[in-house]
Amino acid sequence: MSCLPLLILLAPALGAIAIAAVGSTRHALVRRISVLATGLSLIGALWAVATYDAPTGGYQHEVLVPWIRSLGIGFHLGVDGISVVLVLLHALCAFTGVLISYAIKDRVKEYYLFYLLLITGVFGVFLSLDLFFFYFFYEMAVIPMYPLIGIWGSDVKEHGVVRFSKEYATMKLTIYLTLGAAVALIGLLWLYVSSGAGTFDIPRLQQHFVTSPLGMPLQRAIFPLLFIGFGIIAPMWPLHSWSPIGHAAAPSAVSMLHAGVLMKLGSYAIIRIALSLLPEGAQMWLPWVAAICVMNIIYGGFVAMAQKDLKLTIGYSSSSHMGYVLLGIACLTPLALDGAVLLMFAHGLMTALAFALVGHVYDQTHTRYLPDLGGLAHQLPFIATCGVIAAMASSGLPGFANFVAELLVFLGGWDRYPAAIVCGVFGVVITAVYMLRLVRGTFFGPRKPVFTHVQDTRTLFARLPYVILVSALLFVGCWPQPLLRLIDASSRPLVERIRPSVALAKPTPERTLRRLPPPRPHPAPSGRQGHP
Amino acid sequence: MVISPSALGWTILLSPLAAACGIQLFGVHRRRLSATLAIGALLVSFASTLLWYTFSSIVTWAVPNPFQLPFEASLSWISLPGLTISFGVLIDQLSLLMALVVTGVGSAIFIYSTAYMADDDAYSRYFGVLSLFAFSMLTIVLATNWIQLFMGWELVGFSSYLLIGHWYAKPSAAEAGKKAFMVNRVADFGFMLGILALWAVLPVDRTFHFQTLEKQLPLLIQTGVVSVAVLPLIGLLLFCGPIGKSAQFPLHVWLPDAMEGPTPVSALIHAATMVAAGVYMLCRTFWLFEIVPSVLTTITWVGAATAFLAACLALVEFDLKRILAYSTLSQLGYMVMALGLGGAVAGMYHLTTHAFFKALLFLAAGSVIHGTHEQDIRKLGGLWHSMRWTSLAFLVGGLALCGFPGLSGFFSKDEILVLAYGHNAPAFWLALVTAGMTAFYTARAWFIAFTGKAHGHGHESPPAMLIPLGVLAFLSIIAGYIGIPHFLGQHGEHHAAWLVPGLSIAVVAVGLLLAWLIYSRGTVSAQQLVQALALPYSFLQRRYYIDEIYMWYVETVQQRWIAGACAWVERVIIIGFLVNGTARLTRRAGHILRLWQTGRVQTYVLGFLLGIVSLLTLALRR
Amino acid sequence: MIGLAHYLVLSALLFAIGLIGIMTRRNVLMILLCIEIMFNAANLAFVAFAKAWGNLDGQVVVFFIITVAAAEVTVGLAIAILLARQLKTLNVDEVSFLKW
Repeated sequence: MSCLPLLILLAPALGAIAIAAVGSTRHALVRRISVLATGLSLIGALWAVATYDAPTGGYQHEVLVPWIRSLGIGFHLGVDGISVVLVLLHALCAFTGVLISYAIKDRVKEYYLFYLLLITGVFGVFLSLDLFFFYFFYEMAVIPMYPLIGIWGSDVKEHGVVRFSKEYATMKLTIYLTLGAAVALIGLLWLYVSSGAGTFDIPRLQQHFVTSPLGMPLQRAIFPLLFIGFGIIAPMWPLHSWSPIGHAAAPSAVSMLHAGVLMKLGSYAIIRIALSLLPEGAQMWLPWVAAICVMNIIYGGFVAMAQKDLKLTIGYSSSSHMGYVLLGIACLTPLALDGAVLLMFAHGLMTALAFALVGHVYDQTHTRYLPDLGGLAHQLPFIATCGVIAAMASSGLPGFANFVAELLVFLGGWDRYPAAIVCGVFGVVITAVYMLRLVRGTFFGPRKPVFTHVQDTRTLFARLPYVILVSALLFVGCWPQPLLRLIDASSRPLVERIRPSVALAKPTPERTLRRLPPPRPHPAPSGRQGHP
Repeated sequence: MVISPSALGWTILLSPLAAACGIQLFGVHRRRLSATLAIGALLVSFASTLLWYTFSSIVTWAVPNPFQLPFEASLSWISLPGLTISFGVLIDQLSLLMALVVTGVGSAIFIYSTAYMADDDAYSRYFGVLSLFAFSMLTIVLATNWIQLFMGWELVGFSSYLLIGHWYAKPSAAEAGKKAFMVNRVADFGFMLGILALWAVLPVDRTFHFQTLEKQLPLLIQTGVVSVAVLPLIGLLLFCGPIGKSAQFPLHVWLPDAMEGPTPVSALIHAATMVAAGVYMLCRTFWLFEIVPSVLTTITWVGAATAFLAACLALVEFDLKRILAYSTLSQLGYMVMALGLGGAVAGMYHLTTHAFFKALLFLAAGSVIHGTHEQDIRKLGGLWHSMRWTSLAFLVGGLALCGFPGLSGFFSKDEILVLAYGHNAPAFWLALVTAGMTAFYTARAWFIAFTGKAHGHGHESPPAMLIPLGVLAFLSIIAGYIGIPHFLGQHGEHHAAWLVPGLSIAVVAVGLLLAWLIYSRGTVSAQQLVQALALPYSFLQRRYYIDEIYMWYVETVQQRWIAGACAWVERVIIIGFLVNGTARLTRRAGHILRLWQTGRVQTYVLGFLLGIVSLLTLALRR
Repeated sequence: MIGLAHYLVLSALLFAIGLIGIMTRRNVLMILLCIEIMFNAANLAFVAFAKAWGNLDGQVVVFFIITVAAAEVTVGLAIAILLARQLKTLNVDEVSFLKW
């Protein structure tokens, strides 16, 4: 029993309750409560990362409270090397998002209430080790998006004409995500019923499937349900169109969480549930997934290139970059999966930074339309610096975490799907095209008289979120080993369980030595041991 | 005091990084501090390199010298089962020489910059990025493995992007920075694939490490574990990197545009060091290219073509810096050609001398621009009278560039020509003609800009600019005599034949004479020449239309057609038809189904009643 | 002797009266009253069966129904009051605008 996951999860939940109790005009207090709540979560997340024991691996910091025994539902929290990294990502994005939300002036109390609910939901998904609560928190994360975008969002305009209204965006987002959740729910229930284990507990289900695996036809049938259901939020081509528009319409702090973390819920759920519970179904479907990823990367990149709205460009770039994450998952090699998880982390921070920056630009200039912008580096030196950094991180410049992650995906996937990896490397070129165009169009060029009133972030406090995100990106980019150690501790056993052949296919010598069983007096029969 | 070799090695690499961080953190509004930090750090780097060189050349019999070449110190950067990537310093003759060039020429240019950029608002940013560049470049130079090399490779691209776009308010500068980054990115696409493929070609013990690969690859090929068939492809992919970074045809287009950056930047990055990184990489990994002769042939011809085609472009250019840029391209072509012909030492030798005299030329050009605020040679003239020292420096650099006997350029270019003469006759003749053209265009610039009637009032530059010029001029003169090839491990092979040097001297003389006749004496009118050769002239003026073709590709094909088509599919088919179509379908269905809902409670109750009754009837019947 | 059949006939009659009332009346109050009559018809049937078979479950259900009916009529009356206030009418045909 450990209280760490409870701290992480309950801090924003209690924060939301406290905010509900506070008078609606006391904005400063509401903000302080939010900062405190997310700050506590951040400390908890850092502590969890620091104390996660990688050599031991597995699930740690577990909390288990049985709830409905007859159905096998229990409140089971815990982290493994993959989720602990994502918890940290979410804690960082949530904390900086709360700071960025200081720009919200309208209905502050309600805003923070929904925002903290959203944060709680996402934490819950990453921390839950029980399918029921996993799904519960998953839905809990989706629902607050509806008011957050619908009330505090902004329309996507082109030449001053509304192209997508915020109502359209939020409606579409909610319907899409609920649809995905419903499809996934069918898969989950089917899985629960057909497993015969009578439990929603993920570790117990995993153990159960080790001894009595699900039949191949069932795995084949259930995997696509889970993959599509969770893939929608990932977002997987061609079911991605809710996400760029949703990003574009959402207020910037919500876009930060949305693109930074919410999309990772999908890929995380695929790893945690679809891959780990349906290994053979996964093996059968993943080549198709790899093909879809290529579409994500290339198609998403080109669509991003054609956009003129800053947020739409970044939105499409997110859907393009999530293609790398899914590709890393589809490759099913330890390195590629490490890369995929690290890329979730890196991309989350990068895109949160990008949306925060666009938010500042939009607040100051009241436009996000690229042809209207230009020369803002004169008025916004700090924001412009961060903008260049975000663009470079996005296009995979060494020194940023994205480079390490993409490199790992490429290295890990080269043996599996070389053609997809070539497309992936090409995607990096496409990213550079639109990111540089964005930076060039927004920040460079002659000073525009329209923007004389535009103000940079002045105080250290206002710069804090940007500084946190940039330093995290740089830190992990320059020294990825600590996080990679954690991720690898969980992803490698996962891959080894799914494809026992791969882990031993091309081992390094010392690894071979360690993994070989001790010499036996009699020659061991080939094949699996332990089944009489 | 005991100095450990690894500490000294790390100092070379890390002190510019420390300066860059220091400037970013503390120096943003402190101009003097930034400049001091940047220059100090680079000088420390330079001194450490010199120390390393000195210690390594001291021969001790009593105890083994810890400064034994090659030396390697590294830290583990990523270490996962099956993948180890380290970050370190590899010091051998090659990297020592290159590090000396980078830090030495770099220091001169940094000092020069204090005066050149004195009036600039973004002085601190300039020095910060310059330090970052020095760090990135040293990362390449001291790299122990492919990934570290690639990281440095990308980082120099990034710092170059920032420095070209230093005056970002100028649209042309912002575009030029973007272009440089993009072109390099396209090349790095191939480079990255090459690195991946080379890694994956090893069946076990995959590694990026240079020294391990160098030892193991021949063995693996001999034993047939690695098939020779894939190596040419890998070699070509890897060569994409130098094509971009060293601006070889057809990816040379970014370098002339990069002249939008401040002139010291052009000198440091786009003449002396960064563009040489491609050549350096080829030297560093020459063991790989050696085993694939087909790739070497490609490299030779790419180099030769670049040398010749760029020299042609320089003939018709009027912008002083762009002339130098094309000459850089051309000289880089020489170096790459030398590599292709198997002469890593010759290529590296020319790289070194070229770094000296090209930096000198650029800094002299910068001094001219600083003094006259003009860089079109047609509007310059008679600078010899107003800017005596600058002109002298330009003269020395120009003569070294031409390959004037006795100056450094002569020796190094001669090595390459001899090499070509022995291995590839067509390439030799092409290179020889290029040498003549080099002499011609350099002399053309000299005669138009520096001699003749004075056009404006130039003033001589301050000592902070002239002293680096003097140092570089000195180096340009003596670099041919200090035994660089010997240091790199070339012994003997002195060509007794005077044929090649003789030919090259003759060609240079012809080039100089022609330029003198046309641009100084006026025996042949330049206008008449242009009219006589109108077609090729305009073809050259438009730079072979390569920029237009690329522009057409980028703007029309990529942006309008491909991206436009994808966006159309997204907007019309996916969003408009599939997503909104589904929504519309649902809505239509609702419109039909809502007819059932009359809004009268009584209807509902009646329906309810009938339903119950029919259900009951059904139930009771059974 | 009044037997189960009598109760059930009465209950069926009440139910039919209520049903016909709902279908024919337009006044919200009258409809609510008719609903109440139907409730009570059902209650009567429950009580009758409970008595006939000596099982108390039916009576328990009746209490439950009474409670629910009270809640329901509260909501219904609240709606009726709001209708009267906002629209000055109690005619259900005039408030079909919720059906869009």
